[in-house]
Amino acid sequence: MSYMATLRIALDALLRNRARSLLTMLGVIIGVAAVIVTVSIGTGARVSVQKQIESLGSNLIVVIPGSVTQGGARSGSGGASTLTPEDGMAIAKLPGVAAVSPAVTVRSQAVAGANNWQTTVTGVAPTYTFVRSWTMAAGAFFTQNDVLSAAKVAVLGQTVVQNLFPDGSSPIGQTIIVKGVPFTVVGTLTAMGQSRTGQDQDDTILVPYTSALQRLTGQATVGTIMVSAADAASVQPAQTAITALLEQRHHIVPPQQDDFTVRNLQDIAAAASSTGAILEFLLAGVAAVSLIVGGIGIMNIMLVSVTERTREIGLRMSVGARGSVILRQFLTESIVLSTVGGIIGVLIGMVGTMLVALLAKWPMVVPLSGVIFSVLFSAAVGVFFGYYPARKAAQLRPIEALRFE
Amino acid sequence: MEPVVDVRDLRKIYDLGGGGTVAALGGVNLQIEQGEFVAVMGPSGSGKSTFMHIAGLLDEPTSGTYRFEGHDVSSLTQDERADIRSRRLGFVFQSYNLLSRTTALENAELPMIYSGVPEIERRRIALEKLAVVGIDHLRDHTPNQMSGGQQQRVAIARSLVNDPALILADEPTGALDTQSSKEVMELFTRLNQEQGITILLVTHEPEVAAYAKRIISFRDGHVVADTLQNQRQAA
Repeated sequence: MSYMATLRIALDALLRNRARSLLTMLGVIIGVAAVIVTVSIGTGARVSVQKQIESLGSNLIVVIPGSVTQGGARSGSGGASTLTPEDGMAIAKLPGVAAVSPAVTVRSQAVAGANNWQTTVTGVAPTYTFVRSWTMAAGAFFTQNDVLSAAKVAVLGQTVVQNLFPDGSSPIGQTIIVKGVPFTVVGTLTAMGQSRTGQDQDDTILVPYTSALQRLTGQATVGTIMVSAADAASVQPAQTAITALLEQRHHIVPPQQDDFTVRNLQDIAAAASSTGAILEFLLAGVAAVSLIVGGIGIMNIMLVSVTERTREIGLRMSVGARGSVILRQFLTESIVLSTVGGIIGVLIGMVGTMLVALLAKWPMVVPLSGVIFSVLFSAAVGVFFGYYPARKAAQLRPIEALRFE
Repeated sequence: MEPVVDVRDLRKIYDLGGGGTVAALGGVNLQIEQGEFVAVMGPSGSGKSTFMHIAGLLDEPTSGTYRFEGHDVSSLTQDERADIRSRRLGFVFQSYNLLSRTTALENAELPMIYSGVPEIERRRIALEKLAVVGIDHLRDHTPNQMSGGQQQRVAIARSLVNDPALILADEPTGALDTQSSKEVMELFTRLNQEQGITILLVTHEPEVAAYAKRIISFRDGHVVADTLQNQRQAA
């Protein structure tokens, strides 16, 4: 008997009991939909994290000061004041380094005419826009000459523009006052949006780091040194070279601890996605359990069906169906149930993913591997849980089956 | 020519458990020739149904030999018996055993699905046999849309589609009213007379057995009477 004929007999039998077939499939439908949604959300979240990290800047390496111990109390990472602009200049000469910018951050009130706004003022080098992959909305960024002369010029982020110049007038050429020092606005930055940690990256004023050190902090050390590696492959060697260089400059020999930390965003990204992967794995495990529960539901109904259709089985055998044909028929029924359930589950899962993606503004990613795996797994559930009832049907003796009431 | 059914010293012993046994058939010798119309009679427990099940290859004897169309079929495997049932035997049951929610035509086609007849051919043969039993106009009706007599005709058409060597009918009129019983028995008679189909009928009603040309009586697992009768008088 051909597979097509077997399939048709199975479909006829399932369609004769539509409501029951649908309810039987429900377990598998829910299981597969759960698998698809969790895997898709996990993947979508990972892709979106990856995108945000990339938006921070290409091949970014961040050097921050280490902790400092004062009177027995250790400050956290970044507490020490050990990095200088000179460290930055030395790093810039290393191979594989494309650009370096120190960053000195001060929180301060900024005033423009009648408006004022508390924001973050960061002293940076002109290479900062390159390191952060940031572009200008209007005007121009300050130059190396401005750095050398510690010029009183500033570049504003969009949030600062909106709050200091709410009437929409152009801030270029206007004067803002930070800590009593007047700065002339020379340019504005394009909007960058929120950082991965939820900070508004546009709430910032950029000034030459020399101006920040001399006029705002009065110190000689910088908070951070941002380094852009030449390409992705240079990130790792550059990181090693920076560590060695700074250890040498800061006269650190083992077992002394480094008074700085060098991190690259790939590490951070990898940590973020591995956390995501573990979560995804757990959710997929839960989903797999619900698929198995669905499979048990199929087995239960198939057993009921075999008992209920004992006379039909007896009749089919008496008109010449071999046991193997009966086995194939019932096995086909359970595989059709589980596979169709799997396909419906995939579709529902896709719709669910789409809704979540819309609400969370995530990219909609349904991994093909997840879809194929779910459908194959549900087919396997059908084979596994359908075999026992099918074998029970196939082993019936024709006369006993015919006499069954 | 070889007899269709040839059984020698056929025994069927059931184990009752606890060491007890019961002999449903205690050494039966019978030959049924091609073209015969045989009624098997006897009270319940006489072994007539057991005999029919063994003759129809639905059951196997404990001992003795059974030659079907000249071939020894006493010790075939389940699959081999299924194959012979699908090609050489037709069954008609008391309770019709039609597939519910399935049309008359599809019910009649069923045995051919298992003997591997192509779909178009199946349809043609099934229609032809529905016409033979006189209900081809009901081809698209499902069992619950038909009377008992009509359903039994579909079952008879189903038993004919593989051109069997033998039709086994187990109390075919048991669930029918008098008029339908008469029509079904006249149909069997016509199939036997006009198409030469061999029929083995099991019944406990003398007026049904009276349609047959030969009546075999069973009692306690033995054949107690085997009589040929002349052309039946109109009832």
